[in-house]
Amino acid sequence: MSDHAHSHGTMGRLMVGFGLAAFLTIIPFALVMLEVDLPRNTLVGIIMGLGAVQIIVHLVYFLHINSSVEEGWTMAATVFSVVILGIVLAGSLWVMHNMNENMMPMHEMSPNMEMPGSSHGHEGHTPVDDPAATPAEPGTQG
Amino acid sequence: MATDAVQPAEVWTPFFGRLTLDWIPYHEPILVGTFGAIVLGGLVLLAILTKYRLWVPLWKDWITTIDHKKIGIMYMILGFIMFVRGFADALMMRAQQAMAAGGAEGYLPPHHFDQVFTAHGVIMIFFVAMAFVTGIMNYVMPAQIGARDVAFPFLNNFSFWMTVAGALLVNISLFVGEFARVGWLAFPPLSGSDYSTGPGMDYYLWSLQIAGVGTTLSGINLVATIFKMRAPGMKLFDMPVFTWTTLCTNVLIVAAFPVLTATLALLTLDRYLGTHFFTNDMGGNAMMYVNLIWIWGHPEVYILIIPIFGVFSEIVSTFSGKPLFGYKTMVWATACIMVLSFVVWLHHFFTMGSGANVNTFFGITTMIIAVPTGVKIFNWLFTMYKGRVRFEVPMLWTVGFLVTFTIGGMTGVLLAVPPVDFQLHNTLFLIAHFHNVIIGGVVFGVMAAVTFWWPKAFGFKLDDRWGKRSFWFWCIGFYFAFMPLYALGLMGVTRRMNAYMDSAWQIYFVIAAFGAGLIALGIASTFIGFFVSIKNRKALACGPDPWNGRTLEWAMQSPPAPYNFPQEVHVRGRDEWWRMKQEGFQWSEIYEPIHMPKNTASGVLIAAFALVLGFAMVWYIWWLAIVSFFACLAIGIAHTFNYNRDYWIPESDIAKQEQKGALA
Repeated sequence: MSDHAHSHGTMGRLMVGFGLAAFLTIIPFALVMLEVDLPRNTLVGIIMGLGAVQIIVHLVYFLHINSSVEEGWTMAATVFSVVILGIVLAGSLWVMHNMNENMMPMHEMSPNMEMPGSSHGHEGHTPVDDPAATPAEPGTQG
Repeated sequence: MATDAVQPAEVWTPFFGRLTLDWIPYHEPILVGTFGAIVLGGLVLLAILTKYRLWVPLWKDWITTIDHKKIGIMYMILGFIMFVRGFADALMMRAQQAMAAGGAEGYLPPHHFDQVFTAHGVIMIFFVAMAFVTGIMNYVMPAQIGARDVAFPFLNNFSFWMTVAGALLVNISLFVGEFARVGWLAFPPLSGSDYSTGPGMDYYLWSLQIAGVGTTLSGINLVATIFKMRAPGMKLFDMPVFTWTTLCTNVLIVAAFPVLTATLALLTLDRYLGTHFFTNDMGGNAMMYVNLIWIWGHPEVYILIIPIFGVFSEIVSTFSGKPLFGYKTMVWATACIMVLSFVVWLHHFFTMGSGANVNTFFGITTMIIAVPTGVKIFNWLFTMYKGRVRFEVPMLWTVGFLVTFTIGGMTGVLLAVPPVDFQLHNTLFLIAHFHNVIIGGVVFGVMAAVTFWWPKAFGFKLDDRWGKRSFWFWCIGFYFAFMPLYALGLMGVTRRMNAYMDSAWQIYFVIAAFGAGLIALGIASTFIGFFVSIKNRKALACGPDPWNGRTLEWAMQSPPAPYNFPQEVHVRGRDEWWRMKQEGFQWSEIYEPIHMPKNTASGVLIAAFALVLGFAMVWYIWWLAIVSFFACLAIGIAHTFNYNRDYWIPESDIAKQEQKGALA
């Protein structure tokens, strides 16, 4: 297609991307290696956040995702993928969490999270014999 | 019932894995009879092929072909063959349930009945509906966008043969071992290694994984084709609606099938290596399987129906002699359905224990899908309104679809209400609902598409009388077969029962069996119709544009030349072929050589070894699995060194071909 030439970017843009990517890599490494005195949660938050920005930098500068390439379809495909991924991940977490809440009201037991041989002493891999932990009939529809 | 008692003892030898003679079901008369019939049929086929010296043409023109049209036709043949197999399963179930009332046991023992309903579901979805839909998309879409082939012709051939390999593996399970007894989606813990010990469940896993490779690659291929291979000038909003629906469907395939692959891979790890993704102990969770499989499963049903919406759009506008009403709303409705299909999966397990807020959310999103679907129904109705409607056979199927599918849609909205679903889940009401939309939608659509595009593929029309007979048997048969199931479902009859005590239910099952018999006549009429039409092909011969079509596939010869179009088409808008006809279009007689891809045997060879790999994994024959796996890799790598992949069709050949087409 006609806008093919655009899609590979210029040297300048590639260098900007390289600079940003390097910068975004150096910061988290520095934070950890220089043992910067921050609360652990803040530190993890910063690193994850910079990781997310890093993904966007790669998409924009190296994979050349923008609204003009291929009549905007590259952009649309990326947004679609992200939306679907978001729906599937967030939805699964929500559904499974909600189900655990409803199906295992006795929180202290939560046997699904447990390794064998720990406090409740289920025997290894026999099916769980605790009635509260046995799932209801899996919904068998459609 | 004691399903384990019927299984041979588990032994393992290095050479044959766990395959022993006890696994050959020679003591089951039904299976021996089927096997005999298939062997006999196979021998007759071999004899015919040998007698008429068809082996070389079969290999050169079909098996190794990379022509999207031939691959499309082969997908349809696969679909029809597997359809017969899946329908035989359906007849067996209907007969069993019509007999086994009030203490009677019927003729199918539970372990056999369970295999039959599992095989029916798996075959009908993966190897019938998917094969049909992929076949139609493969044949029609490249022609509609004025392309000569798909974007990756070799990949197309490979995808097809992987689908065949999966289908063969399912059928091998009929005569070597057993099939899964777990229902078509194989929920753990039932499908885990504790409760499904035999090879049946492994047949399920490997056949779906092998076929899944084909489906995913074909999805990528068709998306790339639509984005990259459109004729010059064809903007996205100039594409025929069927091409749009093909695009949406293949985007769904690319987005959803990896989820199926990953989920089945996790279950395979559970069964083979003793991991605990879906077990109750060691931190696993069987409900996660149900959650994941339906994240794929709901988009899957839209993968089947969306292209069919496109088929009906083309048929309605052609036979009404009008452009489609509301083209843009049709496109947007399709896109909406595509996205919405990813936010409704929980309605398949409302009763699994989620709270009211979760169930409400998914109930509402499900009902919302009825809105864009309703938009489509009205678009088709308004296209017919004040049009000059010709009630040819494809149009009959369309009207049958409009009525039947709407009823199915309404029962679907009913089931989307969580409290109602608590009453009706797992009952025959649900079975009636989804057969209502799959038969009334997908099957009717496929039959319509076959009648509509058959003249394009072969140069002659299908016999009208047999087409009408097929439609009426199917349509009436459907209502007889499934309306009683709605009633039974409301009475609380659960699905997948091989016997029941309440003899008051029996009459409903008998009526349903009668309906299945009518459908059998419909299927027979279709095949007789094919036979009669092929016999009378001289009398039924028609030009390249028998229905007065609107889109570019009707600009090709019938049957089309390998290169589809002798010259590049320059598209100026929607319904381009209609406009070209108005302007008195003629192909130019100055031809240029056309660049085409060459046939290759790599696809079918890799698929053959993938089949061996699947069989070896099912039976724990590790040496064979390793050998066939490396054979697949080696052929794949060797194929990348094949630089002899293309050829030019010279002007003289094109001129000859075009002259022949002009005379036909």
